[in-house]
Amino acid sequence: MTTDLTRATAAELADLLGAGTVSSREVTQALLDRTAAVDGAVHSYLHVDGEGALAQAGEVDRRRAAGESLHRMAGVPVAVKDVLATSGLPTTCGSRILDGWVPPYDATLVTRLREAGMPILGKTNMDEFAMGSSTEHSAFGPSHNPWDLDRIPGGSGGGSSSVVASFQAPLAIGTDTGGSIRQPAAVTGTVGAKPTYGGVSRYGLVALASSLDQAGPCSRTVLDSALLHAVIAGHDPMDSTSIDAPVPAVVEAARRADVSGMRIGIVKELTGEGFQAGVQARFEEAVQHLVDAGAEVVEVSCPSFSYALAAYYLILPSEASSNLAKFDAMRYGLRVSPEGVDAPSAEQVMAATRDAGFGDEVKRRIILGTYALSSGYYDAYYGSAQKVRRLIANDFAAAFERADVLVSPTAPTTAFRLGDKLDDPMAMYLNDIATIPANLAGIPGLSVPSGLADEDGLPAGFQVLAPAMADDRLYAVGAALEARLTAAWGGPLLDRAPDLTEVAR
Amino acid sequence: MSTATEPVLGFDEALATYDPVMGLEVHVELGTATKMFCGCPTEFGAEPNTQTCPVCLGLPGALPVVNEKAVESAIRIGLALNCSIAPWCRFARKNYFYPDMPKNFQTSQYDEPIAFEGYLDVELDDGSTYRVEIERAHMEEDTGKSLHVGGSTGRIHGATHSLVDYNRAGIPLVEIVTKPMLGAGERAPEVAKAYVATLRDLLKALEVSDVKMEQGSMRCDVNLSLMPKGSAVLGTRTETKNVNSLRSVERAVRYEIGRHAAVLSGGGSITQETRHWHEDTGITTSGRPKSDADDYRYFPEPDLVPVAPAAETVEALRATLPEPPAERRRRLQTTWGYSDLEMRDVMNAGLVELVEETVAAGASPAAARKWWSGEIARRANTEGEDVPTYAERLGVTPAHVVELEGLVTAGRLNDSMARQAWEGVLDGEGTPTAVADARGLELVQDTGALEAAVDAVIAANPDVADKIRDGKVQAVGALIGQVMREMKGQADAGVARTIILERLGQA
Repeated sequence: MTTDLTRATAAELADLLGAGTVSSREVTQALLDRTAAVDGAVHSYLHVDGEGALAQAGEVDRRRAAGESLHRMAGVPVAVKDVLATSGLPTTCGSRILDGWVPPYDATLVTRLREAGMPILGKTNMDEFAMGSSTEHSAFGPSHNPWDLDRIPGGSGGGSSSVVASFQAPLAIGTDTGGSIRQPAAVTGTVGAKPTYGGVSRYGLVALASSLDQAGPCSRTVLDSALLHAVIAGHDPMDSTSIDAPVPAVVEAARRADVSGMRIGIVKELTGEGFQAGVQARFEEAVQHLVDAGAEVVEVSCPSFSYALAAYYLILPSEASSNLAKFDAMRYGLRVSPEGVDAPSAEQVMAATRDAGFGDEVKRRIILGTYALSSGYYDAYYGSAQKVRRLIANDFAAAFERADVLVSPTAPTTAFRLGDKLDDPMAMYLNDIATIPANLAGIPGLSVPSGLADEDGLPAGFQVLAPAMADDRLYAVGAALEARLTAAWGGPLLDRAPDLTEVAR
Repeated sequence: MSTATEPVLGFDEALATYDPVMGLEVHVELGTATKMFCGCPTEFGAEPNTQTCPVCLGLPGALPVVNEKAVESAIRIGLALNCSIAPWCRFARKNYFYPDMPKNFQTSQYDEPIAFEGYLDVELDDGSTYRVEIERAHMEEDTGKSLHVGGSTGRIHGATHSLVDYNRAGIPLVEIVTKPMLGAGERAPEVAKAYVATLRDLLKALEVSDVKMEQGSMRCDVNLSLMPKGSAVLGTRTETKNVNSLRSVERAVRYEIGRHAAVLSGGGSITQETRHWHEDTGITTSGRPKSDADDYRYFPEPDLVPVAPAAETVEALRATLPEPPAERRRRLQTTWGYSDLEMRDVMNAGLVELVEETVAAGASPAAARKWWSGEIARRANTEGEDVPTYAERLGVTPAHVVELEGLVTAGRLNDSMARQAWEGVLDGEGTPTAVADARGLELVQDTGALEAAVDAVIAANPDVADKIRDGKVQAVGALIGQVMREMKGQADAGVARTIILERLGQA
């Protein structure tokens, strides 16, 4: 077991805390110290709540000392993506338009974290309203990849991926609309899971695209993600789309890590052409590891996937254009008066505020969505996209007849350089080619590190997809692969990442 | 915005050339305890912005959850309007920006209403029935309420600032939309009013809303167009918003018919627009242009799951429907023995429930009708209230009517005394008995005094007395009148008649 508390896994911390070896305050303080040392360079956080986190940690320590029975994760700190409402803590969604807004309520999953006694360290950076694959669209500046600070940490949840990759937190909450948990995990050598749509409450998750958004765990190990998944999942009467069924046994699956006899389906359309050679090579090795662990490999075809990106970029902007309409300066957030107008009308203030408060990518998608929903275009765009969505779900259903899980590289490439794709939205969008189908179909997905690409020495990700409400299979496969790869590497992949304290200094 | 009076053609002249086509959209606030998509209370009149939460304020991250009670009410309304109930339907977002709409979209229903294709039969004054075809009834949420301050009109024009109260935001609404109502001709204003009145009674009987038009819990928009007589091509319509009393519905239809006719017969064309109704002057003025191309960018609400009422649920709700008002009226009329005219008067005065309660409390139907539609109706009208509201405010109850009738049948009061006693009750002097006691209203029961008066009157009118002796009994009236005067009204006229006839050998 490691002595550096910041490098301990969440599972290890839970054990240490449970045994009384360390206090939650010690763990929390160690992580805050690490943040003080490295976050100037990484910029994972938009807001750090040291005082609040230490107070929560102290409370857990007090209750533990009093002999109260506590949640197994009590005292393990967590960072939360800034798209989730946290009462008393700013929530900006990476946007100027919400600068200074402090929600009067907690998202349901935040309530669950608090109830489990998990101190909330702060709010992590993200592309504005979760629109992007790099965090470069954050109004407050990008986060940096701990493997190479000149590169992107993925997006939109680059704050949550980099916060765990840079050992500032063992766990973080992300949200995944088209890959915003999995792609950042892939490019930072960390683990991230998007649960089944409806598996984790969306109440308090500031919506990007309501029918696609799903919150989930980010961590450095598969078991840690499972532990966090178990805390936040489960039915919530405040979210009509929340599934009223028992949470899949994700922690047990991660612990057993058993893939013997499991049929692993390789999605033909999500490998090979368009994927970086080193990424593809690591993927193929990973499949071989699973075969060695007793799994059986089949190839499946999902022909409708070729329309996934197009459908996604109609459905997402359509829903987003409506979801983001509420940001109108009337009740909260930024308010800007138009210049040179004496007594501006409400509409003029709305327009000026939205002009000043939203970034280019947000405006681009609002315009796209407004257009796609317009009468006369609805059937051709939104209507057709919904049909594609149905076809993709059908493809998955057929594929899951032949395979228990599907696998692919998580992202086509390793982390690109900051600025490289900023002026080319299409290139940016293509990053999510392998992750988007799961969101369209509502099924769960997980990314686990598969190694470093030979050509650039940067992490690549391995994606596992499972049928709806079979999230446990993700963890079984992810944990089995992780165990074999870690053994092959002689330790966790992140041990090979640069020492940030040197760089930061 | 111009409020200049526009030319209006005479009603008869307009109808000689054109056929009116109407379409009514009625919004009903449901009387559920909580809002459509959150648990906030719905009570009317609370301090501004005290009945709000993250959901109805549209705070980032908040999500709606459908109020099952509201869905039940909507289904019951649909069933009562003879509609089909959708086995599966969705909410949709109607997107537009307005400060009193927290999310800048209204969660409504679009092409999948909960209820569709029904009808409501409306009885007109001449006893005929007009069938109003119902296109749809759908669920939606209300907006907040804007208060424009500093202008003279209360409208946004000229205001210095605006206040928004979100208490109303998210109150459940059902919007009931008719199909185009054709062929009503000169009866169009009456049909419109009768439809809204019938709908109001129906919704009241369903107990889904308090349907108070003056408080806005039932709001009516009137679409109207004219087409040349004999034409089958619908004209351009206007939509007169917030016509919020039965009388206004009738007047607004009448006004718009005249205005449209003036424009059309002058060779002009109607602008498709909303119109503001002015209760005080009885005219409409131009609102905002409204074209069929208004683009609300409807799409299915992704934050809600479809509403899919099971067939058994719908049938169970059907079993809870009250007796339809029209059938109920026919049953009551028969039971009460009222003439058509009497029944219609009772209905139009909104007295059906009050009469029913009074009869149930022990009064005769005749007495119930007589007392509730007399002096109290005159006073209520002066106060601008309906009788039930007025009576409730005064604390006058069916028991008072029962007691009053009892005093008459027991022979203590005659009709004129009973009227005095009733006035005393309305003046707040207490129960009929208490008023009679206080005012000394009491028929003289001492037949000695009455007989003396009869004898004196016979003696003073020998010629009349002779006529009666000769068999002209109808002449007795003249003598009774004099006897009553002698007795200063404190006698029972029936008894006086008996004594006179006895004395003159006609008993």
